[in-house]
Amino acid sequence: MRRNGAEDMSEDDERQQSPRSDLEFTSNKARYCKATGSASDHPDQVLENVLENVLHFLTSRRDRNSVSLVCKSWYRVEALTRSELFIGNCYAVSPGRATARFTRVRALHLKGKPRFADFNLMPPDWGAHFNPWLLAMAKPYPWLEKVYLKRMSVTNDDLATLAESFSGFKELVLVCCDGFGTNGLASFVSKCRQLRVLDLIESEVIHDGTDWISCFPQGESHLESLIFDCVEWPINFEALERLVARSPLLKKLRLNRYVSIGQLYRLMIQAPQLTHLGTGLFSPLEIAGQGDQELDYGTAFAACRSLVCLSGFREIIPDYLPAIYPVCANLTSLNFSYANINAEQLKPIISKCHKLRVFWVLDSICDEGLQAVAATCKELRELRVFPINAQEDIDSPVSEVGLQAISEGCQKLQSILYFCQRMTNEAVIAMSKNCPDLVVFRLCIMGRHKPDPVTGEPMDDGFGAIVMNCKKLTRLAVSGLLTDKAFEYIGKYGKLVRTLSVAFAGDSDMGLKYVLEGCSQLQKLEIRDSPFGDAALRSGLHHCYYMRFLWMSSCRLTRQGCQEIAHAMPRLVVEVIRSADMEMDDFVETLYMYRSLEGPRIDAPKYVTIL
Amino acid sequence: MEVGLKMGKGGGDHVCGCEKVKMGFEETELRLGLPGGGGGEGEAIRKRFFSETVDLKLNLSSKESSGINPNEEKVKGLRQEKSLLPCANDPAKPPAKAQVVGWPPVRSFRKNMLATQKSGSEESTEKASGNSAALVKVSMDGAPYLRKVDLRMCNSYQELSDALAKMFSSFTIGNCGSQGMRDFMNESKLMDLLNGSDYVPTYEDRDGDWMLVGDVPWEMFVESCKRLRIMKGTEAIGLAPRAMEKCKNRS
Repeated sequence: MRRNGAEDMSEDDERQQSPRSDLEFTSNKARYCKATGSASDHPDQVLENVLENVLHFLTSRRDRNSVSLVCKSWYRVEALTRSELFIGNCYAVSPGRATARFTRVRALHLKGKPRFADFNLMPPDWGAHFNPWLLAMAKPYPWLEKVYLKRMSVTNDDLATLAESFSGFKELVLVCCDGFGTNGLASFVSKCRQLRVLDLIESEVIHDGTDWISCFPQGESHLESLIFDCVEWPINFEALERLVARSPLLKKLRLNRYVSIGQLYRLMIQAPQLTHLGTGLFSPLEIAGQGDQELDYGTAFAACRSLVCLSGFREIIPDYLPAIYPVCANLTSLNFSYANINAEQLKPIISKCHKLRVFWVLDSICDEGLQAVAATCKELRELRVFPINAQEDIDSPVSEVGLQAISEGCQKLQSILYFCQRMTNEAVIAMSKNCPDLVVFRLCIMGRHKPDPVTGEPMDDGFGAIVMNCKKLTRLAVSGLLTDKAFEYIGKYGKLVRTLSVAFAGDSDMGLKYVLEGCSQLQKLEIRDSPFGDAALRSGLHHCYYMRFLWMSSCRLTRQGCQEIAHAMPRLVVEVIRSADMEMDDFVETLYMYRSLEGPRIDAPKYVTIL
Repeated sequence: MEVGLKMGKGGGDHVCGCEKVKMGFEETELRLGLPGGGGGEGEAIRKRFFSETVDLKLNLSSKESSGINPNEEKVKGLRQEKSLLPCANDPAKPPAKAQVVGWPPVRSFRKNMLATQKSGSEESTEKASGNSAALVKVSMDGAPYLRKVDLRMCNSYQELSDALAKMFSSFTIGNCGSQGMRDFMNESKLMDLLNGSDYVPTYEDRDGDWMLVGDVPWEMFVESCKRLRIMKGTEAIGLAPRAMEKCKNRS
């Protein structure tokens, strides 16, 4: 079967995958499209020009994939007009191949490590380096404006090179990245004269000691978005204040925890046009020897009439919370996930947030707090409840009570992530019925193998109801005590599921078989500590080319079994990852498997064996 | 006391090793809490524990980073659960069941942020496997505001010294940065330093005593330091005798 590179390079997270036909075919129009397209063939050239102009308007990745399959001419024109390049797995295709096909790219969106790397399940230095991409793009894409990286390794030199290589560079977004520090940021911002967006989100920034905020060029800046709440080092506040003062277009500003509430005040009065604000510490720094000046923070918030998104609150002192009352009515997004507040402190805020669509919070608010959310936030689309204490076997501040309340009050819910210590099938079933629009359902019962505490049953029925009733579901994460039955449900009803996360679940190979045979849209499958073995994996081989990746750690895979798979599927890269000190033995600790046009990568560290 | 004396070096059963480590610290804490006491006895015992605990702790941290315990028997079977060592919140309770790597699936970024808040606000006994931040307030005589430093981000006194120097670089810190902290172990050098430099770093330990930074091995310092104060050299001389006494008792 011939592979179509478009699928590798242009996978679509959120939307349905393009038709699975690998073959290029020619349509009736083929007779007008000649391979050479020389100038003397006027109809061809006109057609291609027309097509080019039309295709410029096509932005959807999925649609572009389809277009590129029509015929060679359309393939070529689509490649010329694709300005935003999305690559879901940086190892699926080489930088050279990508730049050769798409010659006029202005924006690159690149993803590296699989998600389980976030939970220390992958040793460091595994790979996903930005550098080869950077070097490959310098010449072909002189007009590159935007780079979005997720879970990639970026060095200080890379940041400097990025700014130097692309004179019109405008937007850099680094999500869950690492490998760089304040030195790199300093080089980047000082050289990047057209910078509009610098977003550092949940990335690890090394402390090189450089005052990077001072390195923004003097004069009026084009900055529209500056997000650095993940930088765990002090910054030069005076320099930041001057920067904000000379950035009239600044709309998004998310401060780190080294900015006190007094400093926040000073910034807010300079920038009342902000739409997104990360409030930093949200408490005062202690001032040795001076009295506290009580500023009217409420006025500062009231002046920000366009504020729709609030976050930060890193060391919140609840006394200051009333300052945000003036903006609550307009808020569409509120992130309290670092704010250790209880239900009583939450209620006065949340009762004003009628328009809220996205709410992230800690379980310190308890079921009672969730009930308050359910009572007011009728427009809620996304809810995330994080645990203050991420441990097993402790008391549960939130439970099935909170979930039930949310399902009854927030019926437009589309996405939920819920950490808890106890959950019942009844509540999950209720949510499946009350919230039919659910697209993402991620429930994490933190105790491993925990059954329904009321009935003693496994959680099969609850998750079964979710896949049965939520017809738009594309992402699912399961937990609690689960038998193969749960997976039977998922395979049978989860026809749109693209991402599935499994941990400590299932009884036998059948569980995995159900999923691989049933979930035809499955793209990303991540499994840990579940009793699935070689036979199960073999049964799903036919599907593997349609998946972006498969991760299985601490399951029952043998090296032999993985070897067989590697032989059977030449376009799959089969990585066996072991922890540094372990010797290779029969059992595979971690399998990470992904399709690729390039074969085994050359930058794998020594504890990775590519079969 | 008995537990501490039975503590063996390294190897073998690391699960018990961690518990012993914890108990060892408890023992020293009880000792230090004795009124008028502090003194030599505690230091002597502390020193013995320390070398063993350092070995164990260092072993622990390198294994934690690899995610598994290589001394665990290889389970030639189906599941290998990667376990961190049990570290109970409250040492008085029996340890909770073994924490598993990467579970619950909360990003370490988020876990660290929340741990930072807790250790910043009140004294927290939760120092789970050395990964949580150890944030302490740093004040400097004459500076208009406090800072905070995460001791776990530094691996040695030198790094701490550099970090402090940078933090307060706008206020002259004198020779603090250039002198190694180890100079404090040497009495004559110490007196020279205190008389000569502008500022010296001091810290308040768990008992509320103010000590010169550099007094104890790094790991022990991180565990016991509650806050830092960079004070004028002349003021710190009052601290030196006690520090030297402790040092003498140990050597």
